[in-house]
Amino acid sequence: MNLQALLLSLRLAAVVSVLLLGISLPLAAWLVFGRWRGRFLLEALVALPLVLPPTVLGFYLLVLMGPRTPFGRLCQALFGHGLAFTFEGLVVGSLLYSLPFAVQPLVSAFRGVDRALLDASFVLGASRLRTFRRVILPLSFSGLVTALVLSFAHTLGEFGVVLMVGGNLPGITRTVSIAIYDSAQALDYAAANRLALLLLLLSFTALSVVYAVNRRVWSPWSPR
Amino acid sequence: MSSTALSARVRRTQRRRGASAFVLDVALRIEPGFTILFGPSGAGKSTLLDCIAGLARPDQGRIAAGDLLLFDSETRTNLPPQQRQLAYVFQTLALFPHLTVEENAGYGLAHLPEGQRRARVREILESFRVAGLAAHKPGEISGGERQRVALARSLVTSPRVLLLDEPLSALDAAVKAEILADLRTWNAQRRLPILYVTHNREEVDVLGERMIVLEQGRVMAEGTPREVLEAPRRKSLAQAAGFENFLAATVLDLREADGVMRVRLEGTAVEFEVPLAHAAPGDRVQLAIRAGDILLATQRPAGLSARNVLPGRIVALEERGALVRVQVDCGARFLVHVTPGAVRSLRLAVDLPVWVVVKTHSCHLLAE
Repeated sequence: MNLQALLLSLRLAAVVSVLLLGISLPLAAWLVFGRWRGRFLLEALVALPLVLPPTVLGFYLLVLMGPRTPFGRLCQALFGHGLAFTFEGLVVGSLLYSLPFAVQPLVSAFRGVDRALLDASFVLGASRLRTFRRVILPLSFSGLVTALVLSFAHTLGEFGVVLMVGGNLPGITRTVSIAIYDSAQALDYAAANRLALLLLLLSFTALSVVYAVNRRVWSPWSPR
Repeated sequence: MSSTALSARVRRTQRRRGASAFVLDVALRIEPGFTILFGPSGAGKSTLLDCIAGLARPDQGRIAAGDLLLFDSETRTNLPPQQRQLAYVFQTLALFPHLTVEENAGYGLAHLPEGQRRARVREILESFRVAGLAAHKPGEISGGERQRVALARSLVTSPRVLLLDEPLSALDAAVKAEILADLRTWNAQRRLPILYVTHNREEVDVLGERMIVLEQGRVMAEGTPREVLEAPRRKSLAQAAGFENFLAATVLDLREADGVMRVRLEGTAVEFEVPLAHAAPGDRVQLAIRAGDILLATQRPAGLSARNVLPGRIVALEERGALVRVQVDCGARFLVHVTPGAVRSLRLAVDLPVWVVVKTHSCHLLAE
C-alpha cells in the first residue's frame, strides 16, 4: 500500500479540518447572528465550492499563487517559496474547497439554538461572547462534530483542486486520491483497490459518526 | 417606596407583513408588589416586557427602574439587557438544557468568586425548595420544579424589577399556588416591582393587587382587579369577566341629573335605564349584563328600587348542576341564572309568564 500518500492525506485532512473549524466558527456565527442584510452574498460565496468544478477553483488558485500576483509575492516573502506545488498550497486550496462542509453544519446548529436561551443569557448579564461560549457552542455540539468530520473526510478525498494546485510530487503533494489515479492509470488495479477500499471505509465511517451524532445516539447532554 | 418603582413610557411600531402595523403605545408605573398585565394574546404584553428588558427597542419613550435610567429616546440612552439589572422569566422558562440546576442558577453570578457564588446559589435554591435538585439537568425534573429553578436563577442576581411572562400557565392550580406563595414570601422583605403577564382569570384572582389591561397595544383599564373587571369597557374583557347577556341598544335620552340614560334595545320596543355614559341621543351602545344579576318574578313586582322591569315568557330551562339557566323572551332574549330551589318554589317552567328585573347599575356599557 502507498503508505506515504496515505499519511500525507491524513496530515492534510487533519491540518485543514482543525484550521477550518477555527475559521468557520466566527464565520458561521456571523452568518446566523449578524445583522448585515447582504449576508446572502457571503452565504453564496461560502457555498460556491459545492457547485464549482474543482478544476476551476484549482486553476484560479494556481494563477493566484503564481509570482505575478500580490498574493503570490506575499507567500514568497512569507515562506521563502511560492505556494504552488507545495503542501502549504494544498492546505490553502483545501481550506477553500472544504469550507462549505465546515460552515454549513455550524450554521444549521447555531440556527437550531432556541433564541429565548440567548435572551435569557443576555438578561442574566452575559456578554455576546460569553453567551456564545457557554450556551451556543455547547448546544451546537453535534454541529461541531459534523463540521470537523465532514471537512476531514472531504479533504481526504479531494482530487481536482489538489491535482491543479499541487501536481503529483511523491511525499509532498501526492495524496491518496492521486495515488489511486496513478495506480489505475498504470493498470495496477490491486494497488488502486487497496487505497480505494480504504477511502470508501473511512468515508462511510465518517458519515456514520455524523448521522449518529445528529440523531443523538451519542450526546454529552441529556435529551432536552 | 416610589424610588424603586418601574416607570415605562413606550411607543413602538411593528410592521407586519400583509397586515396593518401594530402600535404599542403605553405609559405605566409599576409600584413594588405584584402588578398583573392582563390581555388577550397579540395585545403587546410580551413586546412590552421585551422593551423593558432591552430585548426590543422602542421607537420613543423612557423607561426607568427606580433611579436607573434604562432607555430614553431623547437622550439616546439605551442600556443593553446585560446592564439593566432586571430579572425576566420567560414563558418557555429558557433554562439552559446542558447545565445543571446549580449551574443554571449561578449563571448570572459569573462576576462573583466561586465560594460566594455557591453560597448565594444554595441560599436561593433553598428559598425556592429545589436545593435537592442541584445536580440535575432541567430535562430531568418536573414542570413545577423547572419553574422554581427559573425563578431562582432570575432572582439570585438581586434584580431591581421582576418580569414574568405567563410563567405558570402550564402548571396545575395546586403547584401554581405553592410557587406563588413562595414568591410572595420571597418578595415580602424585598418589595420589588413584579410585572406578571397572564391571560388567565384565575391567576388574576389569586394575585390580585393591581392590574393593567392591555389590548391592541394600549392600556384599556388600570386599577385593582375588582375595579377593572367590574367596569369592563370592551366586549372581550366583559366576556373574560363572565357576562352572558350582550345587547345592542340606541340611546333615547340622557338624564344627567339622575346619572342615567334611557336606551331602546335594538330590534325591539323594550326600553332600558342604564348608567349615564359619554353618549348622545341616537348613538348605538352595547350593554353587558351578568346572568346572575337578573331577577325573575312570577307576579308584577311593586315597591322595587330596580328601574328595569319587563314582562316576558320563559322559553327554555336548562339545569346545570347548582344553577339553572333560564331563557326569557321579553321582545329581547335574556339569559338568567337561578338556583334549583328558586325553580321549585316559583314553579318555573317553559311558557310561564314572568317579569325580568334588572338594576340600572347591573347594566354595563361597552365601548364600540
